Order: sequence, then structure tokens, then C-alpha cells
Amino acid sequence: MKHHAVILIGLLWGASGCRGGPPAGSGPSGPVTLTGAGATFQYPLQSKWAAEYAARDPGVRLNYQSIGSGGGIRQVLANTVHFGATDGPMTDEQLAEAGAPILHVPVTLGAVAVAVNLPEVSGSLRLPAGTLADIFLGRVTRWNDPALAAANPGVGLPDKAITVVHRSDGSGTTYIFVDFLAKVSPEWKRKVGVATSVAWPVGLGAKGNEGVTGLVKQTPGAIGYVELTYALQNDLPVAAVENPSGEPVSPSIESVTAAAAAAAADLPDDLRVSITNAPGAGAYPLSGFSWVVVRRDLPDCETAVPLARYLWWAVHEGQAFSAPLHYAPLPPAVVSRCEAKLRSITCDGKPVLP
Amino acid sequence: MTRRVTSDTAFQGVLVFAGVGGLALLGGIAWVVGTMSEDAFRHVGFWRFLVGTTWDPVAGEFGAWPALLGTLLTSALALVLALPLGFAVAVFLNEVAPARLASPLSALVDLLAAVPSVIYGLWGLFVLAPAVRDHVQPALQAVLPDLPFFRGPPLGVGVLCAGVLLAVMVLPVVTSVAREVLRALPDSFREAALALGATRFEVVRRVLFPAARSGLLGAGVLGLGRALGETMAVTMVIGNRHDVPDSLFAPGYTLAAVIANEFSEAFSPLYLSALAGLAAVLMGTTLILNAGARLLVLHARGRWS
Repeated sequence: MKHHAVILIGLLWGASGCRGGPPAGSGPSGPVTLTGAGATFQYPLQSKWAAEYAARDPGVRLNYQSIGSGGGIRQVLANTVHFGATDGPMTDEQLAEAGAPILHVPVTLGAVAVAVNLPEVSGSLRLPAGTLADIFLGRVTRWNDPALAAANPGVGLPDKAITVVHRSDGSGTTYIFVDFLAKVSPEWKRKVGVATSVAWPVGLGAKGNEGVTGLVKQTPGAIGYVELTYALQNDLPVAAVENPSGEPVSPSIESVTAAAAAAAADLPDDLRVSITNAPGAGAYPLSGFSWVVVRRDLPDCETAVPLARYLWWAVHEGQAFSAPLHYAPLPPAVVSRCEAKLRSITCDGKPVLP
Repeated sequence: MTRRVTSDTAFQGVLVFAGVGGLALLGGIAWVVGTMSEDAFRHVGFWRFLVGTTWDPVAGEFGAWPALLGTLLTSALALVLALPLGFAVAVFLNEVAPARLASPLSALVDLLAAVPSVIYGLWGLFVLAPAVRDHVQPALQAVLPDLPFFRGPPLGVGVLCAGVLLAVMVLPVVTSVAREVLRALPDSFREAALALGATRFEVVRRVLFPAARSGLLGAGVLGLGRALGETMAVTMVIGNRHDVPDSLFAPGYTLAAVIANEFSEAFSPLYLSALAGLAAVLMGTTLILNAGARLLVLHARGRWS
């Protein structure tokens, strides 16, 4: 209870800080606090950025609340934060609800790794895209299924039941995963669809990446999906998934960046794009952008200027902090698109960045 | 004199405020849950929401039945396991164990109630579930192969595992209440029965349990309350599947677990409202079960006196 009270007071304090700031031109009066909220996926990176940025610009303090992508979007719509963060782009309805333009700025890249528990198989399992969908549809139920055996010649696949494990909580990780399944399987698209939580045809649900990891590790014959960072940090055995050219690709920072670079060629104007199943050599098919969402026309220059500068820093210098935390840095072609987006931010009708 | 009257009035005011405040809080919660869930009930229809078995946020179809059934099933299982065991522990601590053993033992049992539920969940996931999968489920299938509620692949996590875990969590509550109830019985009861030549077992069965019936029922009610609302531990071991379980081995869901899992990322207003609908169903279930149990307690008390 005490903690809730402290958090509540913190929220109120933060909210009042961002609204009732001193009027422009009244001179410096303590650091400006920028509040962001959203994807848990971005949290480790955002907190690293917050610490690094505070060291560079003492006039700005950052406060990132990792409350989930959906919560981040809701808070941006409600104008209770300066920026939101999400793993899945806002829908057209949500953008319409905002009533004013909202920008999507990709700030980092995420990927989903497919973890398996097959002690019998040494080395990496190769998963054809369609077969992965069939497993999660409940059509392929045993590890020695002909489709899996054909993709893994010479690998002694056991005659064991497949136990599917998925996230039980809504998640951007789920979004990337099912977005890929819907692209490679018309049946998935028709029967299940794409969202941060779906009606799973088969399997056990587990809460959070750590829950999925725990259940996969515990259950012989299990298959599940977790965030790439999580799989790398925990040394999970992960499968290589076939990309559109039929090449099996293991998840890594390089293969995720390759997917983003392949998709960068034809990014849509609003940068809301799915890069799952991206073409190109070495592109890992279960990759996705993670965005910051921010209103384009901001009322208050006192916070708009530091906000735009912070985001500019994040997509440039900030990218250097990605790799040590197992995030994939943005390819240069995407960074230049981000620059254009950030330059379009205005306050009082004037552009914020030079 | 006046000072005493003033302080008395103030005291009364505080008490009235506390009493009304409690009621107002409950009313406020009910009001919020009601208004939030209105949308889902109107869109889906109250009865279809209650007995619907599909939960598909993408298609906007919401049915609470699997989670409601899972809640009732796991709680019932927990009580079936925990009540006899809890009563036995209470009888042992109160009637059999020497005082030197009884007080540290009961302190330990009370300590079980203080373990945070997420710890129980971790223990359930990493210790209980594998044990259930490797030992309990194959044994049950070997002994009673034809019973429909012991069929399906032994996965470990599922309704059975959640029920057993809840039983462990409910046990300290049941035990401490039962122990207090038994301790409150006057020694003359025991002495009279023993003087008549009753064995220790007969004293417990014929004298103490009937005399303590309403209190023991109360222990069950408190245990039920804990089992119905438990969230974190259950969600870690129940398998979180929106399906009507066709066996105790199958994965299921509970109302509280669905809300905890899906609330933060509910992506549409209808989805959010459906989750509030689950909260309304859970509140309704708790109220009905509590009222029923209270009637039972009153009935038991009436029969004794």
C-alpha cells in the first residue's frame, strides 16, 4: 500500500511538473522532467539512455515508466506523458482518436527467438516458416513429424509430443510472433489474426518472458517464443527460422539489423511498418521495430525542445548503447528517416529542431 | 465532564465514519466495476458473457465460462484437500501435541500464511509442477485409468496443480482458525467425555467437532475466500488456457488470473470492458458463495444451541 501511495504521489508530481512548468523565457529553474511510458521491451535501453543523457545534459531529467505498449499508447492519447513507447504501431482508429498528428519514431529493434526443449537434438533446429505456424495451430503435434524431419536431415528427432508455450499476458513480443505467423500461414491469418493477445488454438500460457522460459525449460518437448534479449541473456537453445528465401537464420543482433536494412528500402511514410518475414540474405524473419510515439504539434516549448533533442540523441549517439544490452542498432537508412520525423515536431507552430 | 462527552462524541464519529467508510468503499468498487463492464455486457449480452466459452480479443468475442469454471474447480479442489488436512493439523496441535511442540509448530504454520504468493507460484512452477507431472499424474492414471477427470497428457501445470498449490496456500488459514476454535472450547467438554469412557478419537469426533461446527465452517469460508481471489501463484501453474478443462490434468484459467494477465495490454475499449466484466463475475461469485457459507454457518450454529 505504502508503495502505491509513493508511486501515486510520484505520478502526480511528475504530471504537475510537465504541465505547470514555468512560462517560456522565465529563465532556468531546475531540470525539466520528461515523462515517457510504454513498452517493457524498451525499458532497459530507456533507463540506460536516461542515465547517459542526464550526464550530458543536466537540465533534463527522464522518467520512463515501463507499463506495457498498450498503456503507453493510452497515456499518449490522454496527454499524460511526453512520449509513449510501443512494440506494435498504433492502429488507424487510435490515430484517429488522437485528434492531432502523432509521429512514430523507431528507436530500436526487437526480435523474437523460438526456444525449444529438445535435449536429444544437439545444435540448432531448423524450422520452416509454415511448419512453425502449423505447430502453433496444433496441426503438427509431434517432433518427428515429416515436415520437421525433412527440414532437419540427419538430426534424430524424437517421437515426442510437442508442447506449445505462449505468453498469457498481452505483449509486443506476441505481436511480432503472430504477425509473422499470419504472413506465412493464411490459415493463421483467417482463424487467429494478429494482436498483442490472441485466442491461441493450442498450448499453455505463461506470464512474461521469464514465465515462458521457465515453462519451456521445465517441459520436455516444449516450444515457446521469447524476446531475443531474454534468450541471449539466458543461453536458451533457439531454433533457426527460415526466411522468405528459404534460408535458416538464427536470431542475433546482426540478423535483426539485416532484416531492418532489407525493409528500409521501402518504408512507408509514417514509419508504421512490420518487418517480419523480411526478404534479403541473412535477415531474421521474426524482427520488429520498437517505436517512440509522440505528438507532432506540442503546446509547450519548455518541454518540446528537450524532448526532440533527447529523441535525436537516442537515434544517433544512443544507438551505441544498444549492442551491449542485446538490442540491434538502427540501420543508417532508418536513422535518416527518423531525422525527418523529428524535424517535423513543432511547438507554438514553429519547428523545434534547427 | 464536558471533555469526556466531547471525546465520546468524537469516538462515536470515528466509529461511524469507519463503518460507513467500509461500506462506501465496497459500493465504490462495485460501481466502478459495474460501469466499466457495462459495455461488454451490453455488447455480448450478460448471459452469453457468463456462459460463453470463446475468448477471442481479436474477434471481439468474450465468454467468462472457462475462467469461472476454472475458479470454482481449483477452489473446490483446494478446499477438498486443505480442510481435512487443516483440521487434522489443528487437532494435533491442540489435543495431541505436547505444549513444548505445539507452540513452535503452530508458529511455523502461521508463517506459511506470511509467504508471499509469488513465492508459492515459483515453488509451484519449479517444484510442484514437475513432481505432479512425473509422479502424481502417472500414478493417478495407473490406479484409476478410466476416470474422465484423470485423462490427457501429463503436463504438470494445469487445474490439478493449481488446486494442490491453492490447498497448500489455504492450509495455514484453515489450520489457525480451526485451532483457535478448538482452543475456545471449554475443557469441561473434554473432561466430561473422557470421564464417560470416550477414546480420544471419540472426543474429537463426537464432542469437539459438533461443538465447533460453525467455527470450523468459518475456517472453510476464509480458506475459500483466499482460494477464489488468489492470482499470482495460480497463473504460474494453471496453464492459462481459455478452454473448459476436459480433465483435471488439462490447463485452465481463473477469473483473477485472466485480469492480471491481460489488463495491462488490453488494446480495445471492449476488451478492457470484458476484463472488468470478469471482475464483476468474480465479485458476484464471491458474494454468492460467501452469503451461502454464512447461511450454512448460521444454520449450524442454530442446530447446536
